[in-house]
Amino acid sequence: MASATASQTAGPYWHLIDFPDWADLLRAGGPNAGAAGARIVLGGTITDGAGAVVPDAMVEIWQAGPDGRYDSGFHGFGRCAADAAGRYRFVTLMPGPVAGPGNGTQAPHVTLTIFARGLMRGLVTRVYFAGDPRLPDDPVLALVPQARRPTLLARNAGAGEWQLDIRVQGEGETVFLEV
Amino acid sequence: MTDPTPFRPLESGSQPPLDLPSYLSTAHRHPKAAAIRIPTTLTESSAPRFDPAWYAPHDDLSVVEGRAALGERIIVAGRVTDENGRPVARAMVEVWQANAAGRYRHPHDRHDAPLDPNFLGRGRVFTDAEGRYRFTTIRPGAYPWRNPGPGWRPQHIHFGLHGTGFAQRMITQMYFPGDPLLDLDAIFQGSGDDAARQRLVSVLDPALMIPDHALGYRFDITLRGRAATPFENA
Repeated sequence: MASATASQTAGPYWHLIDFPDWADLLRAGGPNAGAAGARIVLGGTITDGAGAVVPDAMVEIWQAGPDGRYDSGFHGFGRCAADAAGRYRFVTLMPGPVAGPGNGTQAPHVTLTIFARGLMRGLVTRVYFAGDPRLPDDPVLALVPQARRPTLLARNAGAGEWQLDIRVQGEGETVFLEV
Repeated sequence: MTDPTPFRPLESGSQPPLDLPSYLSTAHRHPKAAAIRIPTTLTESSAPRFDPAWYAPHDDLSVVEGRAALGERIIVAGRVTDENGRPVARAMVEVWQANAAGRYRHPHDRHDAPLDPNFLGRGRVFTDAEGRYRFTTIRPGAYPWRNPGPGWRPQHIHFGLHGTGFAQRMITQMYFPGDPLLDLDAIFQGSGDDAARQRLVSVLDPALMIPDHALGYRFDITLRGRAATPFENA
């Protein structure tokens, strides 16, 4: 068996492959133009262990469509560059619940990955939506200690806006996942 | 519904640590808590399909509007396979790099080496059915950075790849054989065991060279593989 190639940092100059319109999954002329569903804006601020914002992060998301499927036409990929204030922001559709292990169901969620200078590997986490009635039955959340689950729950800021701040290190550190 | 075949955990030693004191920028950016291992669900098993119709390929970084960039023209090619040796077909491969003088076309790059109007430093290619990719570029220069050590990074090309599962998403760097800065580079030296480091170094490949036109370097990439058999449900 061959071994996987080692990950390396994306470094500070990855913006050469930043295409800002990729942060809008519903962009006109894009793969999801005209897709039906509940439009949401998902955003937040990324901070480091010193409390400083992470203005150079590459944030990527991967999510199911409103039907909870990954293979039925919704292109659930986005990329966003954090801005000078460490903020990321995606425009997308609310994903549906996804089939889980066994005959289970996963609550609606978005996988979010962070690459940056100072990160030798990408950090992977999930964004869930606070208040969703399916959260108590989610098989992945069930693996996360209760006290840390709030780091994965986006807050409903109204008008389709969902907010989740990400702390890569220190107090209130976001739960990251080994997938 | 059948559970997806899980990805095998990465082998210890094959990957760099997140906490790498010799690379100063990791100090405040590595999580203190261990990542929580989760099963491979549909979310990790599936991946975006990057249709070239939406993600246009760009396989020649050495020319801008017909004008040649300065520097040593090279072909970079290789195969993307998984740990099981299977080709990763139709994978999107993104690359970015400094120009021949070691300068990135980036507003935050303050290195006082010249920009090259005929070099942008980014490309996008797709693997074929056998996992093969190929692009033409200019050999990048070394460039300075603020980190203890020689203060210069070895010549490298950044690669970003998506496989058939989001769990395979990976960003890495390709280096050049014989670069004396490799022995002194905190990032390269911190990248797992000796075998892991050697996998990051490309190979001069006469078969890729084009006489009177370009040198050729081969850089094969291995993404994570799936386990032979699915784990039983917990």
